[in-house]
Amino acid sequence: MPENHEPTEKHHVILEMRSITKEFPGVKALDNVTMQVRSGEIHSICGENGAGKSTLMKVLSGVYPYGTYKGDIYFQGEEMRFHNIKASEAAGIVIIHQELALIPELSITENIFLGNEVKNRFGGIDWTSAHAKAAELMARVGLNADPTTPIKALGVGHQQLVEIARALAKNVKLLVLDEPTSALNEEDSAHLLELMRGLRSKGISCIMISHKLNEVAAISDGITIIRDGLTVESYPTVPGEVDEDRIIRGMVGRPLDNRYPHHEPNHGDVLFEVKNWRVESPIIPGRIICKDSSFFVRKGEIVGFAGLMGAGRTELARSIFGHSYGVFHHGEAYLHGKQLKLSNPKQAIKEGLAYVPEDRKMLGLNLLDDIKRTTVSADIGRICNYNIIDLDQEFIAAEEYRKSLRIKTPTVHEGINKLSGGNQQKVVLAKWLFTQPEVLILDEPTRGIDVGAKYEIYTLIHQMADAGKGVIVISSELPELLGISDRIYTIFEGAITGVLDREDATQENLLRLMTGTAPATVR
Amino acid sequence: MKSLKQVLGGDVRQYGMLLALVLLTLFFHWKSGGLVLTQSNAANILNGNAYILVMAIGMVMVIVIGQIDLSVGSVAAVVGIVVALSIKNWGIPWWLGVLLGLGVGMLIGMWQGFWLAYVGVPGFITTLAGMMLFRGLNQYIGKSVATTVPSEIKYIGGGYLPNIGGLPINGSTVLLGLIALAAVIFGEFRKRAKQARLGSVPAPIWTMVVRIVLVGIVIFGAVWLFGYGEPDRLSFPVTGLILAVLVLIYQFVTQRTPFGRAIYAVGGNRAAAQLSGINTRATYFFTMANMSFLAGVAAVMFVGRAGASSGQDGTMWELDVIASVFIGGAAVSGGIGTVIGSIIGGLVMAVLNNGLQLLGVGADWQKMIKGLVLLAAVAFDIYNKTQGKPSITGMLQRAFKKSPKGVEAK
Repeated sequence: MPENHEPTEKHHVILEMRSITKEFPGVKALDNVTMQVRSGEIHSICGENGAGKSTLMKVLSGVYPYGTYKGDIYFQGEEMRFHNIKASEAAGIVIIHQELALIPELSITENIFLGNEVKNRFGGIDWTSAHAKAAELMARVGLNADPTTPIKALGVGHQQLVEIARALAKNVKLLVLDEPTSALNEEDSAHLLELMRGLRSKGISCIMISHKLNEVAAISDGITIIRDGLTVESYPTVPGEVDEDRIIRGMVGRPLDNRYPHHEPNHGDVLFEVKNWRVESPIIPGRIICKDSSFFVRKGEIVGFAGLMGAGRTELARSIFGHSYGVFHHGEAYLHGKQLKLSNPKQAIKEGLAYVPEDRKMLGLNLLDDIKRTTVSADIGRICNYNIIDLDQEFIAAEEYRKSLRIKTPTVHEGINKLSGGNQQKVVLAKWLFTQPEVLILDEPTRGIDVGAKYEIYTLIHQMADAGKGVIVISSELPELLGISDRIYTIFEGAITGVLDREDATQENLLRLMTGTAPATVR
Repeated sequence: MKSLKQVLGGDVRQYGMLLALVLLTLFFHWKSGGLVLTQSNAANILNGNAYILVMAIGMVMVIVIGQIDLSVGSVAAVVGIVVALSIKNWGIPWWLGVLLGLGVGMLIGMWQGFWLAYVGVPGFITTLAGMMLFRGLNQYIGKSVATTVPSEIKYIGGGYLPNIGGLPINGSTVLLGLIALAAVIFGEFRKRAKQARLGSVPAPIWTMVVRIVLVGIVIFGAVWLFGYGEPDRLSFPVTGLILAVLVLIYQFVTQRTPFGRAIYAVGGNRAAAQLSGINTRATYFFTMANMSFLAGVAAVMFVGRAGASSGQDGTMWELDVIASVFIGGAAVSGGIGTVIGSIIGGLVMAVLNNGLQLLGVGADWQKMIKGLVLLAAVAFDIYNKTQGKPSITGMLQRAFKKSPKGVEAK
């Protein structure tokens, strides 16, 4: 496609945001941002955490109503002044947020038509046609389920499809997807991208915010890169021929030669070992979620755990971390050759284990708290004299981690909820590093954070390994595991199906082991 | 504005309710023709509300962990009758009776804590059951007959500090004021020394001086109010002293100890707290046990003031206590709230009650006004928290985003 910003007949501009400036007290979140989306295109917005992507989308959808920002929005050739979400949805702009806004107890049909119910002539809900319409919409998004199924019975991938069906029910013309695949496994992600291609061919435009550059590269017809509230670049592209390095350069403002820092491993003796670990699901009685798993970590070693979502990686890790998940059947854990007897996370922390959970908002942080209190919260005894918290020491410790992890904040007195995702994740890391762990278990440590912050976290993992600690990294992103691990275990349906050294591991053979299709000899 | 911030320190918003309390007091003082800020009336306000404020200390902790305690009135009734009857019927010394009562309060708290923490019955249900159960227990023990208490307990609930020194101003009250002032000055200098030690830029010295002078004026005013006039008959009440000591202890416990941190952590995000090595069950258990213990303390103060324990003691107390905590800025969803805030909230209610009575406003209007004040205070607080998000949809969005998380965290 030529470098041509002029609207053609086929691809006229459907959305134009002109010189959008949005200020918060003391911060300019958006500074003169301009972007165009053409009809029937998938337009990606890239930028680091805190660059202003979400703010821009909130301006577009009327969350920040007309008058609270400067600049103009033109949609289908008309100037738009949205005062709330309802107004933008009426115009045909629907946003699907990263945290899905579905009601778990209600059925698919009820969720699709929530606030938009199918009425009969008495004003009641016409369930027969509602279910029929829902089934029709579900077919369009490729969701094969009974419309009366409650949302909570669906996986995240399918829930996302319900969200899209809901948008279709509202007659969407421009669909905005905020990190749509961050919680999905490979298969569901692929399905979602395919669905977006299908919508494009039906003339529905999409704006996608994503940190997964391979997905951006695969489907974008246009890309806008935002950094520090400014538009860096906005250009049309051809799906499949996108230069990922150009995006990274634009996002971080400098070329990032290697996405994974170089590291020379220096392994010692076996530090941590787990034998015959067996755990039953706390939700479904009788279902075994860890099937006699055994593995070990050496000093200075970074061990990856690969597995599809639901394979039991997180369950294994949490169960080892003081039996904080599931019903424990049997198994032994050894640290420095000494058997551990752990019955709660407190003991696990005391013995030198640390578990950084995958969902920082649900399991990692108290969003009401501030940075300094969070930093010391997992090992508060260390800054106590006679059971009284020494606020000086608390401040000093928090400052130390703020500096060493480069947490972007004015002071450590700042509230957690004021930080961007990447900085929140750094605070979670600070909290666990403060416990001075021997074995650090990181569950999806870079989910939903930007390229620059990822690099910093990888560097940190290397520092931990160089200090002779054992690091376990659980990740859904195979390139990440291949990029930082010294050895990778694969998990399939609760069982460890193989272990590969860094040299032998490829995405293909890992995927085979992760999906249970590998020949038995690999074991 | 900036210098005001420097003097007061931290978040100016936190002083909003304090300002409201001061303005309310001055308003009623003016409207009633100077009846509010008199020695006897001030002592009355404290004596008549100290038991509610003592329970508010425990209740804010319960609300911070995301629970509620509806049983405090009934628990207090049981403790009251136990204290009164044990002294009267068994002839044990008054202090042993008080200890027995507080022990019973603690046991009841452990009972409630057990159901909440180890069985998982929500606090609302546990304490709703407790409300009926212990009301019945009170009537079973006391046979709904008023039982008088000895003079020592009457002194705890309605007594005044002795006059020492023979001045026209009560000596004990002056002494208390001097101790408070010394503590404030010591604290200020210690804070300064610490700032210097940590290498942070200390605030200009004048802010400290202004702060000390301001606090000094308040202390002087209080000493004058409570001590001057009839120094041999009236002074700073004993209930006020008990309350002040408890506030200091619990403010410290909630802000400076691991247990205090655990309360906020569990209320803010229970799952995260658990993974951080916090024993969430123990936190629930001890918070509930403590609440009933404080209800016991309140009971001793109340029967002392009333002179007897009766079958109707403690009815509807829970509502006044809970209202105080929410007026004081606690969040219904847990994780937010302070002891000091709740005391201020309780004092707002107390002054409101007293002022309306002095103005001769009828009980019907009093209730309506108190209801509206509770609503307005919480609405104001919520409005403040959502500042910068003026749109209703913005507020709704936040509410929607929050609710599913809260459900799953429980």
